[in-house]
Amino acid sequence: MFYREAGQFKSTYSADMAVFPLRQDRIGIAVILALAFIGVPLIGNDFFISSVMIPFLVFSLAAIGLNILTGYTGLISLGTAAFMGVGAYAAYKLTTAFPGINIIVLVLVSGLFSAAIGVLFGLPSLRIKGFYLAVATLAAQFFLQWAFVRVPWLFNYNASGAIEVPQRTLFGFPITGASASPETRYFVCLVLVVGLTWFASNLVHGKLGRSWMAVRDMDIAAELMGIKLLNAKLTAFAVSSFYAGVAGAMMIFFWYGGGEAADVFNIRLSFNILFMVIIGGLGSLIGSFFGAAFIASLPTILKFGLPALGVPLSGAAAEHVTFMLVGALIITFLIVEPHGLARLWQIGKQKLRTWPFPY
Amino acid sequence: MSDVAARPAPNLLAKGWVKSGLIFIAVVAAAILGAQFDDSGTLYKVFIDPFQQMVQAPDLLAQTIWEGLVSGVLYALIALGFVLIFKASGVFNFAQGIMVVFAALTLVGLYEKGVPAFLAVILTLGVMFVLAVTIERVVLRPLVNQPDIILFMATFGITYFLIGFGEALFGGSPKQMIADQLWLPKGAIDLKLFGGLVSLQKIDIAAAVIASIMIAALAAFFQYTRIGRALRAVADSHKAALSVGISLNQIWVIVWFTAGIVALITGIMWGARSDVSFALEIVALKALPVLILGGFTSIPGAIVGGLIIGIGEKMGEFYWGPLIGGGIESWLAYFIALGFLLFRPQGLFGDKIIERI
Amino acid sequence: MNVETMNVTGEPLHRDKGEVLLSVDNISLRFGGVKAISDVSFDIRKGEVRAIIGPNGAGKTSMLNCINGFYHPQEGQITYKGVRRAKVKPHQAAADGIARTFQNVALFKGMSTLDNIMTGRTLKMHRNFFWQALRHGPAMTEEIEHRKVVEDIIDFLQIQHIRKLPVGKLPYGLQKRVELGRALAMEPELLLLDEPMAGMNLEEKEDMCRFILDVNNQFGTTIALIEHDMGVVMDLSDRVVVLEYGRKIADGTPDEVKANQKVIDAYLGVAH
Repeated sequence: MFYREAGQFKSTYSADMAVFPLRQDRIGIAVILALAFIGVPLIGNDFFISSVMIPFLVFSLAAIGLNILTGYTGLISLGTAAFMGVGAYAAYKLTTAFPGINIIVLVLVSGLFSAAIGVLFGLPSLRIKGFYLAVATLAAQFFLQWAFVRVPWLFNYNASGAIEVPQRTLFGFPITGASASPETRYFVCLVLVVGLTWFASNLVHGKLGRSWMAVRDMDIAAELMGIKLLNAKLTAFAVSSFYAGVAGAMMIFFWYGGGEAADVFNIRLSFNILFMVIIGGLGSLIGSFFGAAFIASLPTILKFGLPALGVPLSGAAAEHVTFMLVGALIITFLIVEPHGLARLWQIGKQKLRTWPFPY
Repeated sequence: MSDVAARPAPNLLAKGWVKSGLIFIAVVAAAILGAQFDDSGTLYKVFIDPFQQMVQAPDLLAQTIWEGLVSGVLYALIALGFVLIFKASGVFNFAQGIMVVFAALTLVGLYEKGVPAFLAVILTLGVMFVLAVTIERVVLRPLVNQPDIILFMATFGITYFLIGFGEALFGGSPKQMIADQLWLPKGAIDLKLFGGLVSLQKIDIAAAVIASIMIAALAAFFQYTRIGRALRAVADSHKAALSVGISLNQIWVIVWFTAGIVALITGIMWGARSDVSFALEIVALKALPVLILGGFTSIPGAIVGGLIIGIGEKMGEFYWGPLIGGGIESWLAYFIALGFLLFRPQGLFGDKIIERI
Repeated sequence: MNVETMNVTGEPLHRDKGEVLLSVDNISLRFGGVKAISDVSFDIRKGEVRAIIGPNGAGKTSMLNCINGFYHPQEGQITYKGVRRAKVKPHQAAADGIARTFQNVALFKGMSTLDNIMTGRTLKMHRNFFWQALRHGPAMTEEIEHRKVVEDIIDFLQIQHIRKLPVGKLPYGLQKRVELGRALAMEPELLLLDEPMAGMNLEEKEDMCRFILDVNNQFGTTIALIEHDMGVVMDLSDRVVVLEYGRKIADGTPDEVKANQKVIDAYLGVAH
């Protein structure tokens, strides 16, 4: 009743090509952004912000990265975590080498390093497809993970072998390190994620995005349209790894605040991000957010939610149940709705558009 | 013919073998030349020293190759499970590795509950059968006719479910395989070879023998039985097989059950060499480069690929690993496979990749 | 192979056509031991509708694949716009102005009609990555400019109503039309159509014929056409080349080809 497009006429192509052509959608996005920027810091406590919201933002960004590669370009990657790690270590090396440069700039620059590594490991994608490529990306995962442990130069020859995040400030406020408040870290993450999501949305709606999808849907026809397969695939690898790298740097600098990064960027994390993309919806940016929210919050919900409902559940059992649930949910989603939560969201909107009539 | 003519897979280097041979010779020649002018000795350490070691201590070489061979047999067994399922249902079964762990855990778990060892084996087979039926009913049947990639991802779901289920039932701590109770041999045979001692674990010999028997049995099963013929038909074309009255559902259960049996045997052998734990899951991923080498549809390919990967990574780790800090076993297999892909994208024995428009 | 071909020189064509746009000289294509095309030569002149016909498996699609660089023949050469082409890649052929449609519809199934046709404009769009990431200013101007071209094509093909629908769910006839639109969006000089009317009913066929003729007349696009419907071929084409078992058995105007004994034998079968 309230969600109608009736009466909204578009008289220019630019209005028709807008990402959110409906006025109600634009209002909805404004409300969500307002909530994220004002509501969450006002209402949320420190635990909620640092253990729920920041992880959600980091995972969303990583999922967007993988979605560009897998969802939009159709190349499966099982090495996302390794590319995140490249970002984290690059940011660490950069900020210790150039302490004067703002950390946010360095986080973005470290994404470029990750992109370069991503392109390197994406080179085989011209020769190999599908499952073969999935296995090739495992090479990236295991090799880089090995390098994070065995190349002491990467962690500045620390005795602990861990990244120690130094304190860095923005306008005089500490944004990394022990004295940075959760709210400031959250703000930095939010700004980065919103900005990068906007860029990603622009890319997938433009020429590059169409080339990616063309390669995904029918690579032979795409080639005969004049799309260079190697270029399309490598740009997808580059952009995807850039997003993963920035997400990895954010993860260490604004969420973990240091620690044994080599253990963090393991293959389980790669799988988890793949699940976020599948459950959220392949080829959908908003789905990446849904998937990240879902997978990232599921363990917390099980751990704290079930006992609150009176179901006794130990920590270990909660972990087992999480695994089983995630597995079962993936299968369920693939059977019921291979396009994930994003498609359900669309169907919901469509229903709302015609409500209260069935069609 | 021409309308459906095959497009040959693009060849990075036309006549790849010739060129790769030339490149190899050039690299070796450059290395020998370079070594002459190499002050720090890096090139010497990479290209000369390992080979000198091999010649000087052939017993160590033999030991390394033997160890590679044994882990290769185990990789090959996991890869075999993949190939069986891929051939018959076109599903790239990511869960094969976890099925190995799950089968071994079930066996040990049952034994710990007081079930006699051999009865436990039979019961575990029963569990694998139930698993095959369940997977067919719950996962495969609803997803029939979906793109391969969807099925591939569904096996991720199976993997995670089995991890959670297995840990919930049997706990996450490592367990001992009941090797003695299954009459598997223990101890080692020390061979005097090349003036040194080469130690062969009896369990490894048993593993190799059992693997060979199983592969022969599978080959016979595929070749000479009615079900085997049906399996080959399904592998060629689902639709055509259906149209001559072969039940896809039945075939899938049989294939997944067969893969389950292979998983159990692999699990027993592997468990007898180390512990039974979910750490095996990461090792099981090594079966994937084996598949790349061997091709997804070839049983001999899985065996040969497994042996190449096993021996390759043990030799690499032993002779070259120390040069860059060791532990390269975790990724070497993938790089061997990747390097191989540049020359033969379809694997050693795989079907030629063809594209049609 | 010493194949006797019909001589077309001196024969006045029913439409006056210009110089040779593409010429195929003594092409042979093998897959392993199988000869898909043996020693075939013909040419396509600027502005004409050139049909390639022949029984199933005659090598027609392989011929198109050679022309747009998907296959590389082992022998012979292809000259396009006066330039002899070595192993050309499909995307280079596209950049040179060769577009095509496929026997089995090869649309981008996950994308809308509009986006499918927009991909045809890829080569004409030049804004770099960073402008695209902003999607404002020059990049947006460029998108709108090309959107206008695409809307013209959509109007021309009368598919306005399916503009925003995903193509995967459209009926077959409409999919073929969208595919033609995608090829037209490339503003090709040479358009290769591989059985554009396969599987269509009479009405759809008539529509498609009209589109092909309009494209040829209005835009002056040269068209190479594979089609099994002889009525369509005879009505549409200026010249016809006939292949059988990878060899050329006839070449000439529709009327000449129709009267050729070899062609009649090839289609009706002959007692050996």
